[in-house]
Amino acid sequence: MNQEVLLMYEKRPKTFVKNLILILFFSIVIVWSTQTMKFNGLNPSGIVISKSILDALAKPNLAWLLNFGTGTSIPRLMLETVAMAFLGTILGAILAVPFAFLSARNITGKVASFLGNTVIGMIRTFPIFILGLMFIRVTGPGPLAGVLTIGISSIGMISKLYVEIIEDIDNGIILALDATGANSFQRIRYGIIPQLTPNFISTAIYRFEINVRNATILSLVGAGGIGFTLTAALAVYRWTDAAAALWGIVIVVLLIEVISNKIRSSLVSGE
Amino acid sequence: MLTSKTPTSTNEKRNVGKILIDFVKHFFERHVIQTKKTRTTTLHDGASITKPFSYAGIYLVVLLALTYYFWDLIVVTYFNVTPFELFVRRIPNFTNIVSKMISDFNLPYLPQIISPLVDTIQMAILGTFIGAILALPVAFFASQNLVKSKIVTNLIKLILSFVRTIPTLVYAAILAFAFGYGTTVGVIATAIFTFGILTKMLYEVIETLDLGAFVAVESTGATKTKAFIASIVPQIMGTFVSFTLYSFEINIRSSAILGYVGAGGIGILLDDHMTWREYGHLGVILAVLLIVVFIIENISRFIRKKMS
Repeated sequence: MNQEVLLMYEKRPKTFVKNLILILFFSIVIVWSTQTMKFNGLNPSGIVISKSILDALAKPNLAWLLNFGTGTSIPRLMLETVAMAFLGTILGAILAVPFAFLSARNITGKVASFLGNTVIGMIRTFPIFILGLMFIRVTGPGPLAGVLTIGISSIGMISKLYVEIIEDIDNGIILALDATGANSFQRIRYGIIPQLTPNFISTAIYRFEINVRNATILSLVGAGGIGFTLTAALAVYRWTDAAAALWGIVIVVLLIEVISNKIRSSLVSGE
Repeated sequence: MLTSKTPTSTNEKRNVGKILIDFVKHFFERHVIQTKKTRTTTLHDGASITKPFSYAGIYLVVLLALTYYFWDLIVVTYFNVTPFELFVRRIPNFTNIVSKMISDFNLPYLPQIISPLVDTIQMAILGTFIGAILALPVAFFASQNLVKSKIVTNLIKLILSFVRTIPTLVYAAILAFAFGYGTTVGVIATAIFTFGILTKMLYEVIETLDLGAFVAVESTGATKTKAFIASIVPQIMGTFVSFTLYSFEINIRSSAILGYVGAGGIGILLDDHMTWREYGHLGVILAVLLIVVFIIENISRFIRKKMS
């Protein structure tokens, strides 16, 4: 018995060298990157400021946070932010469909899918702020620029995930429908669409979560939403206002995360 | 001719309207209200099938209503103020930037962006590393199957949700007050972001782990810590490295915009060139960024493949 255990122990996978190389590689890269930390010590007034920000988080400007009227109240700005993300996600989710079908290897072949994936990669890497500033030159500052920016920038990630879904299509179902005498339209309607829809919608909802966050920061360049109010309040040291905006973001993002998780899990379970 | 044509076209319109109303009515009865009667189909032989209740129709109606409301809020409001012609006339502003990025491509500018680019990469690496190192222990304490106290795990999960909701850029903007402008702010903001998402991804994996090995090692007389190192850590290491590399990819992309709030790196240059309309310079930076992201993604994919 003992002999067998020892024998198995001798035969264990020997990953020592592989691990050593990986660890060495990572260590060198990490040590190299510490060059970037030019730590000049804490800014003394900065500590005071950080403390006031933390204090303000405990007592935000409630009058502003809970003012549901019109104008530039927090609920109003958050509604605008969510609206931007929502319309942008719908735009992106629809535009991503042709991109995804053109880039799926099982539909268009190797060359087209390589080209399509390159375009998707380019969209994914394009910094969202630059895109936002470009759209502002068309629409002027405001939430419409945000909608367009979010829409176009969403295409990248959404179509990348769509491609994976399309490449996973189960051909057996389509063949089975073919065997029952279904025509092309029926094969697409009953064989392909039911396979794709739940995952497509789930992907879009996932991206919607990300887009709400993107919408909050997009307003830094003037594309509508709440972020500008937040940084403007920070810039003039109005901490309680900044805290109100921050709480607005936290509450809405958490709420959306909960709802989106609910819907997505019910989609997966097939309701 | 014209007089004879008018009545038919209104007739057609009425028909289309009726068909549309019928369709909507049918859709509502079948998919939204969904009484037992509307869900039941009777077959030739008298047997009947009842479809299960589905939320799809309700979701669709909510989706359409929200879209209509938001459309009204943003797009209709916008075009109430701005004439549509002006919007169309300004579309070339967008396409001109794209074409200038390509036509004015300023290759001699390349050497000048190497240093900020290296800053950006280093910022992302260090931020990811710090975030990942912090994420590992916290993820263990947030896992329901390892920590028996529900209060502890739920509290940690709640705090993590809060950490994740605040955008990285906001962290950077606040941190810039304490640390002054520079890459340090970028590193810390990136670390916080990485910590947030990595912890969530990790505890979700740990909670699905098979604890049989842990119990088996423990039964040989090993202490809890030793059993943990021998049985849980090897199961989680591959996933951990793979997730870390994945968030590194995200961080490289987002560190390019972190410079916007003064976090150093290549983001400042992007902002400057956009303001001064130097689209040729912008084109160079974007091209380099694309290449760097492509290379890093492939290295990371290669390592991830080797790990698994």
